[in-house]
Amino acid sequence: MDIVLFLLFAGVAVVCALNLVIQKHPIASALSLIGVMAALAAIYLQLGGEFIAAAQLVVYAGAIMVLFVFVIMLLNEGKERKAKRLLWVSIGGLPLLFVFVALIHFMITHLLPASENVQFGGFTDGTAAAIGTKLFTAYLLPFEVTSVLILIAIVGAIVLARKEVD
Amino acid sequence: MPYIVLSVIKLLIVVLILMHVLAYLQWVERKVIAHVQLRVGPRRVGPHGLLQPLADVIKLVTKEGMLPSHVNTPFYFLAPFIAVLFALIPMCLIPYGGDITVFGIHTTMQVTDVSVGVLLVFGLSGMGVYGVALAGWASNNKYSLMGGLRSSAQMISYELPMAMAIAAPLLILNTLSFRHMVDGQAGFYFGFIPKWTIFQGPIPQIFSFILFMIAAFAETNRVPFDLPEAENELVAGFHTEYSSMTFAAFFMAEYANMITVSCIATLLFLGGWHPLWPAAYGSSFLAPVIFAASGLVCFSHGLRPARPLDRITLPVFGVLFLGLAALFLIPAGQQILIPLFWFGAKTGFILFVFIWVRATLPRFRYDQLMGFAWTFMFPVALINLFVTALGVALS
Amino acid sequence: MPFPPFSLVAGVPLTWYLTLSVILFALGVAGFLFRRNIITVFMSIELMLNAVNLTFIAFSYKLKQNDGHIFSFFVMVVAAAEAAVGLAIILTVFKNRQTLEIDEVSSLKD
Repeated sequence: MDIVLFLLFAGVAVVCALNLVIQKHPIASALSLIGVMAALAAIYLQLGGEFIAAAQLVVYAGAIMVLFVFVIMLLNEGKERKAKRLLWVSIGGLPLLFVFVALIHFMITHLLPASENVQFGGFTDGTAAAIGTKLFTAYLLPFEVTSVLILIAIVGAIVLARKEVD
Repeated sequence: MPYIVLSVIKLLIVVLILMHVLAYLQWVERKVIAHVQLRVGPRRVGPHGLLQPLADVIKLVTKEGMLPSHVNTPFYFLAPFIAVLFALIPMCLIPYGGDITVFGIHTTMQVTDVSVGVLLVFGLSGMGVYGVALAGWASNNKYSLMGGLRSSAQMISYELPMAMAIAAPLLILNTLSFRHMVDGQAGFYFGFIPKWTIFQGPIPQIFSFILFMIAAFAETNRVPFDLPEAENELVAGFHTEYSSMTFAAFFMAEYANMITVSCIATLLFLGGWHPLWPAAYGSSFLAPVIFAASGLVCFSHGLRPARPLDRITLPVFGVLFLGLAALFLIPAGQQILIPLFWFGAKTGFILFVFIWVRATLPRFRYDQLMGFAWTFMFPVALINLFVTALGVALS
Repeated sequence: MPFPPFSLVAGVPLTWYLTLSVILFALGVAGFLFRRNIITVFMSIELMLNAVNLTFIAFSYKLKQNDGHIFSFFVMVVAAAEAAVGLAIILTVFKNRQTLEIDEVSSLKD
């Protein structure tokens, strides 16, 4: 049952990622990315990361992608025009990508030490309580620094995007 | 019984009941608004208009579905699908009652209990923004785009105060799972005050409840925050270009969102399926008493009918209500029916407040609405969260 | 070969999650290098970040510690900050150049 669910969500994720790279209209790419994130949230649930799955839905798919969709709708540029590419890029690009994936797949399957199979329920430390405890004790400094980082990002975004007042 | 089969059965029950509740919620809304406005509401189709939702469904299904030529077709059809999908999924996460044992199978009245239930429901209702924004954009119509963008901006602005209003009682309840949340509200103070979050120490969460209700009105695009879809503004907002089944989909999504936020308010603030006073003092008999009283009222009005057909329909309803009251007295079904009654009563009360406010208040202008969110609701929710945190830390 | 070629009761091998992560990362790299629209390039970067998140969570399962979840959470937070500022920059570029194609924003070249 775990394998069937994993293959289902992994298939959705790969198809949506392919769609993101292939589609000409940025809105279609944005919706495909939301599909990838939702599929990944389901996979995180299978790996025992309940808090991260919920955070993925709330933060990534629910806030960051809304930002992207708004900007695409505001700018309303439409489809992308066809690009002029060098010959070796058009011919050798995809095979190079395959070689990259195959190389890393080989490294993963043969060079990593053997590990047990993933089963739903095999990891129970991913609850909000466990992560919250660790976040506020062992990782307190990075947590506070990221809150300052978000403040900087807010101020930066407002300064960059406001109208010039003469 | 294997877990999958049990889950599918529970899903089917939830879907069946939910679809009927959605349809009849519209009937209740039309009747209540009508009576507030001193008129009668639908009364021709079936007794007291009870078959009106069926007539509406038939109308919407058989209406000519027009596909305007200028719309962006794949996104035009994707938008209502997304809206309905993310409005209906939270129904699987909400518990409708406690532990039950049916035919020897021990289970709970909930399809699945995730340990981060509140966060997931919050995230899923935040994804409903895409349905609205995409509908407005795909319609290729300036009014729809304006309505869609305004509606989505309103929904994401009010997500912040809503999240902070949810966080305050979570500090007291100390859990994100719905089931544990309601278990933390069981019991009574002094034997008769229920330990609901709005009454619970160290800080009673009344302000959080009010903030959550206001944010819920804005999230579901209901009056007084319904400028983006009001009919005398922007034509009809983001669903201008939609007809028949796709319009019905948006309609259904709005009512499903309303039911979801009412259920969340009940679980977070009003104690879920726990009764208002202890069962030792007879709270299990409230449901049969209410239904029996309604039956007797129906009979007495049937003897002096205001309209000629009421001579027949009102006694029939009286008999139905008395039958329902008798149903609550059967001990075998009581473990299911009594918690369901209390949960339904509290959610129904909140839905009645939604409808009551719609009949009563005028709507906000858009800039007033957004200013209210950012300059009033957000700071007040922050202060409320801070005060609650202080109270919890000091106790 | 028996069908299906894997046991239906055992769990999922961990390497499958890592392979999925590599595929998503490679697709993100492909989108980043081959697309012309700035926003699509930016979305490919987000796809790469998601692939890395999946790797963190998979290894966190293997090592039975939840530090991977915390790293993943920080990656999400930083991605949110980056998305906000990046989109503000894209809006400014659009205001000044009236184009969203990265090939045309090249006045510093040569």
